[in-house]
Amino acid sequence: MAHTIIFWILAIMSVVCALGVTLHKNPVVSAVFLIGSFFALAGLYVELHAPFLAAIQIIVYVGAIMVLFVFVMMLLNLGRDPDRFSKETKPRFPKYLALFLLVGLLISFIHLTSFSRALPEAFHGFSIENIATLLFSKYLFPFELLSLLLLIAMVGGVILAKKK
Amino acid sequence: MTIDHSHYLILSALLFTIGVMGVLLRRNLIIIFMSIELMLNSVNLALVSISEYLQAPDAQIFVFFVITVAAAEAATGLAIVISLFRQKQTTNIDEVNQLKG
Repeated sequence: MAHTIIFWILAIMSVVCALGVTLHKNPVVSAVFLIGSFFALAGLYVELHAPFLAAIQIIVYVGAIMVLFVFVMMLLNLGRDPDRFSKETKPRFPKYLALFLLVGLLISFIHLTSFSRALPEAFHGFSIENIATLLFSKYLFPFELLSLLLLIAMVGGVILAKKK
Repeated sequence: MTIDHSHYLILSALLFTIGVMGVLLRRNLIIIFMSIELMLNSVNLALVSISEYLQAPDAQIFVFFVITVAAAEAATGLAIVISLFRQKQTTNIDEVNQLKG
């Protein structure tokens, strides 16, 4: 029962915060909504027995990525944007149709798949040792490639943002 | 009503659609980036849910990778936003319609 209540609270919080991100006029408020959505998702990860990912989510997303976003907004001195949506006169109907089709298709696919089992009570998730062993044995090569990717992104970011 | 994995997947689908909505409807480049982060997060939620359903730890490693790639993407993307803003003094993508700056 407690799982159900926590799930609904976190689900509603994440959806409301996500709508706030896409619909609010002020980009800084959108960023704060996004942080709320990240926290709700971290709570859902804890519910799904993945505490390691919940910690990573908060440290990397809220601690690094969102700070970067807010820092860039501060640097660019962005205010509210009065025209949130495109001012083009083209009808927006195809976009809404695409959105409804997307969400309808996704939900119908999920309904067609039968998930027989509810959340198992005996299963308490993977320990951090499990994940670390897998990361440094089976997925060692992708892990090293990822470090290279971060290096490339760092150099690229410096070069792109550098004054000519 | 007990919560099973289809609830988590439907929540993930809803969040993904909200992210797509942000990309399609908003014109501010920074909001579009944040919507992309939202979409990446919804996919992460689906992966974690399936990882729990199949009791396979591999999916959690993928989530870890996705988070790292998202960090790299945010860093380069925001650098592009800054260099764009330096040239055009705007982050509205309707006004950015040239390949050569």
